[in-house]
Amino acid sequence: MRWWRFFRRAHWDRERSAEIDSYVQIETDENLARGMLPDDARAAARRKFGNRTHVREEIYRMNTVAFFDLFARDVRHGLRALRHNPGFTIVALLTLAIGIGANTAVFSVVNSVLLNPLRYPKPEQLVALRQLAPGAAGLAGFQDGLPLSASMYFTYSEHNRSFQSMGVWITGTASVTGLAEPEQVRVAVMSDGVLQTLGVPPAAGRWLSTADQIPRGPDPMSVSGRTATVMLSYAYWQRHFGGDRSVIGRNLTVDARPREIVGVMPRGFRVVNQEFDLIGPFALDRSRATLAGFGLQGIARLKPGVPIARANADLARLIPIWMDSWTNGPGTNGKIYATWRITPAIRPLKQEVVGEISDVLWVVMATIGLVMLIASANVANLLLVRAEVRQQELALRSALGAGRGRIVGSLLVESVMLGLMGGVLGVGLAYAGVRLLLNIGPANLPRLSEISIDGPTLAFTLLLSVLSGLLFGLIPALKYAGPRISAILRTAGRTASLSRERHRWRNVLVVAQVAMALVLLVSAGLMIRTFQSLRTVDPGFSDAGHLQTLRIAIPDSLVTDRERVVRMQNEIVDKFSAIPGAASAGFASQMPTESNCSNSNWDVIFAQDHTYPPGEIPPLYCFEYVSPGLFRAAGTRVMLGREFTWSEVYSRRSVAILSEGLARELWGSASVALGKHIRQRPAGPWSEVVGIVQDVRENGVAEKAPAIVYWPSLADNAFGGVIRAATFVIRSDRAGTESFLNQLRQAVWSVNASLPVASVRTMEAIYEESLARTSFTLVMLAIAGTMALLLGIIGIYGVISYAVSQRRREIGIRLALGAQEGALRRMFVRHALKLAGIGVALGLAASAGLTRLMKSLLFGISPLDPLTYAVVPLVLVSAALLASYLPARRAAAVDPVESLRAE
Amino acid sequence: MLQGTLDMLILQTLVLGAAHGHTIAHAIERGSEDVLQIEHGSLYPALHRLEDRRWIASFWGTSENNRKAKYYRLTPAGRKQLLAQTTRWDEVVRAIGRILKPAAE
Repeated sequence: MRWWRFFRRAHWDRERSAEIDSYVQIETDENLARGMLPDDARAAARRKFGNRTHVREEIYRMNTVAFFDLFARDVRHGLRALRHNPGFTIVALLTLAIGIGANTAVFSVVNSVLLNPLRYPKPEQLVALRQLAPGAAGLAGFQDGLPLSASMYFTYSEHNRSFQSMGVWITGTASVTGLAEPEQVRVAVMSDGVLQTLGVPPAAGRWLSTADQIPRGPDPMSVSGRTATVMLSYAYWQRHFGGDRSVIGRNLTVDARPREIVGVMPRGFRVVNQEFDLIGPFALDRSRATLAGFGLQGIARLKPGVPIARANADLARLIPIWMDSWTNGPGTNGKIYATWRITPAIRPLKQEVVGEISDVLWVVMATIGLVMLIASANVANLLLVRAEVRQQELALRSALGAGRGRIVGSLLVESVMLGLMGGVLGVGLAYAGVRLLLNIGPANLPRLSEISIDGPTLAFTLLLSVLSGLLFGLIPALKYAGPRISAILRTAGRTASLSRERHRWRNVLVVAQVAMALVLLVSAGLMIRTFQSLRTVDPGFSDAGHLQTLRIAIPDSLVTDRERVVRMQNEIVDKFSAIPGAASAGFASQMPTESNCSNSNWDVIFAQDHTYPPGEIPPLYCFEYVSPGLFRAAGTRVMLGREFTWSEVYSRRSVAILSEGLARELWGSASVALGKHIRQRPAGPWSEVVGIVQDVRENGVAEKAPAIVYWPSLADNAFGGVIRAATFVIRSDRAGTESFLNQLRQAVWSVNASLPVASVRTMEAIYEESLARTSFTLVMLAIAGTMALLLGIIGIYGVISYAVSQRRREIGIRLALGAQEGALRRMFVRHALKLAGIGVALGLAASAGLTRLMKSLLFGISPLDPLTYAVVPLVLVSAALLASYLPARRAAAVDPVESLRAE
Repeated sequence: MLQGTLDMLILQTLVLGAAHGHTIAHAIERGSEDVLQIEHGSLYPALHRLEDRRWIASFWGTSENNRKAKYYRLTPAGRKQLLAQTTRWDEVVRAIGRILKPAAE
């Protein structure tokens, strides 16, 4: 059977009509030739042919395909049914639109962030060169991974057999002058091989070349101080040059040195997960590379067909070679790194980009999916009610010969149509939701710009709409298309049996709703408790709303002399303190949560009274450089001793301050530690511990406070002894106000007019950002939980009020026989509580299993937090009580005479 | 008329060459010496069915007396079908014949 002739019915009708005309014509001709009169000849021909309309109809019928025809009729019938019942349709559509809309929006995020491949050519070959060092003491064995050193980069890139290309990169900042106000920009600094690995061609000009990587500047420590070329991001190019192509070849003043612009990367290009303004070459100097200096991020492109395991083995083979090939200077032995047990742990680049947000997104997706199930249950309930009302119609259709399959089919068509219409509305809501999300632009959501409602998302929505339509349509369809229909037709109008069986499905649905709502509320409750316990953590600074922070970098090309840098910073602090309303000020190499210290600033410490066996690396600790007065300004408590003084800084006295945790780790207690000495090299000068400060949650509120050594901002150490990029902290009631910020900027520029002021934020904002993941999850789960609770209440209310309306006669009889109103009310409330109770029991069991999955999102509480597990069922049961009490009261108000007469 | 026999007769008529509906109707009538009286209209659904099954193909042409007419011709599949149907028909006729007139054998 060729089904498409269905769509050519009209064509064939015309064709066959013409053919019939032709027959009649020929027959008439022949009749004329036999000598008949024209009218008779035509009439005879028509008689000979027979019933013309009948023939056409027969052919038309042959062309119909039964399925299509019935389907089209069901759609028309369904639309009519929905239109005739606007109340039901609106409620059902709204429920579905919200459910499907929320699912579509969340799926579009999941799809864009987690599922879609990265926007680089052949992204499946891209990997991040992560490595672990479980044997390293002090920093908890580099749980976030041990970054690469420059020497590692040289060894890996020259000897590996697994990569097409590889490179290392870091992010930093630089100041650009000469365009408008001095501006601090984000720079991605990269070795040769990074652009080749990512494989995205420039939008204009060229990539940084191997020649650009030849070191030529004087200062090896400056982020961009060693070469004379730079690339621009698309956004920076548009912002400052309006997309002018002639910018290629022009000079840009970066950190007070001219650099030639050689190329522009295309729109949307990111270096792994980083947005940037400029790309600068690393220009790593082979002759200066040591074993140490771990601070570089590595990426690589695997050769086709090389699995990650093989690449790991390849790098593991190279680590001994690396230890043999490089040194940390005379008298050191590279073999001591063997104790760190450095292990390559390469992972797909996508995992690196997406990071820990995937846990959150999957939990949110599952949550929203549950809400959809609850919404479906509600719509199924509505459909059940309606099917009850329509029993007569269904029975009539059945009596007129419609088979069971036919009726099931037409009911399903109706509910799927409902689902699809809900889906269309839902997509509209999802568009709005995604736009809103993009406008808010949560900072810690990676790949934000890639989020859109695309083909796969729409396919997901379509599938969801159809499946949910089938799901909530199947229950009433199967129930009411049954063979009992003739019985219902007989009792026409009289209330049919009130057997328990008829309520069973509705009860099952309500129990399921309550159970799912409980799971969602428990999850939301756990997040609230997590948020609470995060809030009670002392982050190591106080009154964050009154702490203004900003970042200022003084490049070596502007001020070469180290002491002059510190004097300049000192002057800025003094000017800040003099601003009206400013209580105190100071600066540090970084403020809490700005960067994870195990990624950058850490090194070994030798402590007094401790022995360090040769051939082993002493424990590693985070290093921070702070100005005098910083702790007072930030509100970090000095437990014992004192802060640094400016005279100490300028005289370069060897002093240090320890975090309380470190002091206890080294000497058992803070009081013992005060006055002890530490040093950075086995034979180096000792530094006296002059103060102990409280632990600071440096890596985020949810992370353990690391052990930190604080050094004066001017010191003789391996890092060049001065911090050129510092975060200034000013305590003031006026923090965050525009006038205050202007005064701060003026203060900076009165010291030096070409210093950019960047990252102007209050500590509160930084703090909130570190809680962003938790608060995002909390908000999503709270929304889902509230929706679930509301839908659950509506479900219970619906079931009870329906039961009341169905049992009016019974109630009337009971009342007439002397039943007490209170007893009647209790009867219905008891029914509701029974359903809620079963739902709560099932929900508790499900929660106990499911909340384990969100363990990584929790802080300070167990997934089986007793308080949450006690409160949530109480809330649900009280809601059920309320939802059933209202209809139950109506039952008690029934007038027995009225209700008996009504039927 | 027996179900399916009309199809066979149409196919048989077309063995001799392409023809339009009018010719086919008259040919069947004349060929049966007017024993098989068919309503000519009933021919057209049959033609439609046969064409749908691709046993015959059609084209517009001009009739003997210069009228526009739709011609049908047998397709290879139609020829095969005709052979199968006539074989089956012969078998059935012979079998029925044996039952009805056993004495004559």
